Amino acid sequence: MNGVSMQFTSYSFLLFLLVLFAVYYLIPKRFQWMLLLVASYVFYSFVGIKYGIYMLATTVSTFFTGRKLNSLSSKQAEYLASNKDALSKEEIKEYRQRIKSIRKRWILLCLLFSFGILAVLKYTDFGISNINSVAKIFNPEWSLPVKNFIIPLGISFYTFQSAGYLIDIYREKYKYESNFLKFALFISYFPQLVQGPISRFDDLKKTLFEEHSLDRENISFGFQRILWGYFKKLVIADRLYVAVKTIIGDTQEFTGVFVLLGMLFYAIELYADFSGGIDITLGISQALGIRQAENFNRPFFSKSIAEYWRRWHITLGTWFKDYMYYPVSLSKPVTRLSKFCKDKFGKPVGKRVPVYVSTLLIWFTTGLWHGASWNFVVWGLLNAVVIVVSHELSPLYERFHGRYHISHTFIFRLFQVVRTFWLMCFLRTLDCYPGVGKTFRMVGTVFTNLNIRELLQGGFMKLGLTVPDYIVIIAAVGLLLAVSLAQRTGSIREKIAKKPFVSYCVNFALFLSIIVFGAYGVGYDAAQFIYSRF
Amino acid sequence: MERLIGILSELHPEVDFENSDKLIDNNIIDSFDIVTLIAEINDEFDITIPVEEIVPENFNSAKALFCLIERLQNNE
Repeated sequence: MNGVSMQFTSYSFLLFLLVLFAVYYLIPKRFQWMLLLVASYVFYSFVGIKYGIYMLATTVSTFFTGRKLNSLSSKQAEYLASNKDALSKEEIKEYRQRIKSIRKRWILLCLLFSFGILAVLKYTDFGISNINSVAKIFNPEWSLPVKNFIIPLGISFYTFQSAGYLIDIYREKYKYESNFLKFALFISYFPQLVQGPISRFDDLKKTLFEEHSLDRENISFGFQRILWGYFKKLVIADRLYVAVKTIIGDTQEFTGVFVLLGMLFYAIELYADFSGGIDITLGISQALGIRQAENFNRPFFSKSIAEYWRRWHITLGTWFKDYMYYPVSLSKPVTRLSKFCKDKFGKPVGKRVPVYVSTLLIWFTTGLWHGASWNFVVWGLLNAVVIVVSHELSPLYERFHGRYHISHTFIFRLFQVVRTFWLMCFLRTLDCYPGVGKTFRMVGTVFTNLNIRELLQGGFMKLGLTVPDYIVIIAAVGLLLAVSLAQRTGSIREKIAKKPFVSYCVNFALFLSIIVFGAYGVGYDAAQFIYSRF
Repeated sequence: MERLIGILSELHPEVDFENSDKLIDNNIIDSFDIVTLIAEINDEFDITIPVEEIVPENFNSAKALFCLIERLQNNE
């Protein structure tokens, strides 16, 4: 199987999809979900079957722990029902506490195991390099060898997804999945392994295990979305990738205005790459009759960073909010700290402590989730700082708006959108340059040595792109912007579907533009999705 | 209910909490507000709102929130 690529942008993947769609709708419907399970493991085997062991280990441990948690809950309910007259209120409370602590031990053990695998594979080298840096101060000769573990595809996504399932079972939000193979499909469902979305079991199971007939609308909408995803990825993202790589690659030559241009290009590249990949994923699912959670809601129209994070990578944001932010904010240590601060420094401080402590912790973790490096940690913490500062300044904003009444004007909203966009662009540079110090130095050149003239005097042509490339980028990004604006009033696909001829023309034009304008060949890398490395 | 409206109004004086029923759906209160709100309610009503109760249905209106408080008071 070596040498066969299963990236979304490979021909072998397209062939795999075609065979899957054909077989999926030809076999008896009750076998469809089983076919998806087989297809998911076949897909994973092309990435490297030995890495499937980790996914299987997480699947098995989560499945059996979920079953155990559920059986403890049932046991508790049965016991309390059959002894409700014999037990006092205190005895009931004590029994509940005992079962709760057993359940807690089980879930902690399982989460430790799943996150342990993730931590070892993803963060060992980060830990070792930090130890080596500190050790170097005392003994320059001494260092630990790095392990260079290969990070299995989708590990950050399926680990979070399985943890979410387990926490929901622990919270008795729903019953555990009693069919191991169905649960294995929920974890391994191949379209979401590359870059999410991070699905919730109660949401995905509604359509994942159902029987699906060939539905014209699902097929048409699904394929249209797949094409739109490839358009974003191959026409926009992979073309801009060349310029971004060139700018980042030469920090002597490309300073000042080039760094600013790199920020702009990277913002568009990342959005086209990630949302394009998600479009392909959701399009495949829709063509199979499966509904998955949306991961984007036109994030570049956000008026604040907090809003941006509610609209970008939505499933990760809600995961952190539901499974980490609230539990940490309401945990006993944070509540105690809040009370202590309230007594010592007054109510306003006590009120803020749980919110700010959790925000910092969540963003530290979000940074680490994105990558094992200080760049991502600093990126996460800076996001937290901006959110907290904005929150602190909100009374000031309200006073300002109360006085000047401009908050509803188009110009002010545009200002907010542009401000948020560029603030995110600055933060995102930490994703580009190696090292926090170097990143800040490069951002610093924007303020110390902007030098716009250098860009206007042939600078654009130094970035590995030709005039036709720029024309394609401007036209494609213009289309992307127009589509985003049109989406304000509802689904464009539904509007187009009402006119079949227009629908065919759109599909054909998209297909043709991917073939003609897709960034292929020497210098381009159509294989990697940026978020697949997270 | 009055005590609850008082806590909510302290958080967002500009919102009509008696009549709003889409506090979460319309992003009128966010995750920062929810944590602050829960701490205040826990103190004021001497209950503990557990994490699993933080769902939009319980926080979309003052009425729904009050029902949650009453339910937890009866359970505890």
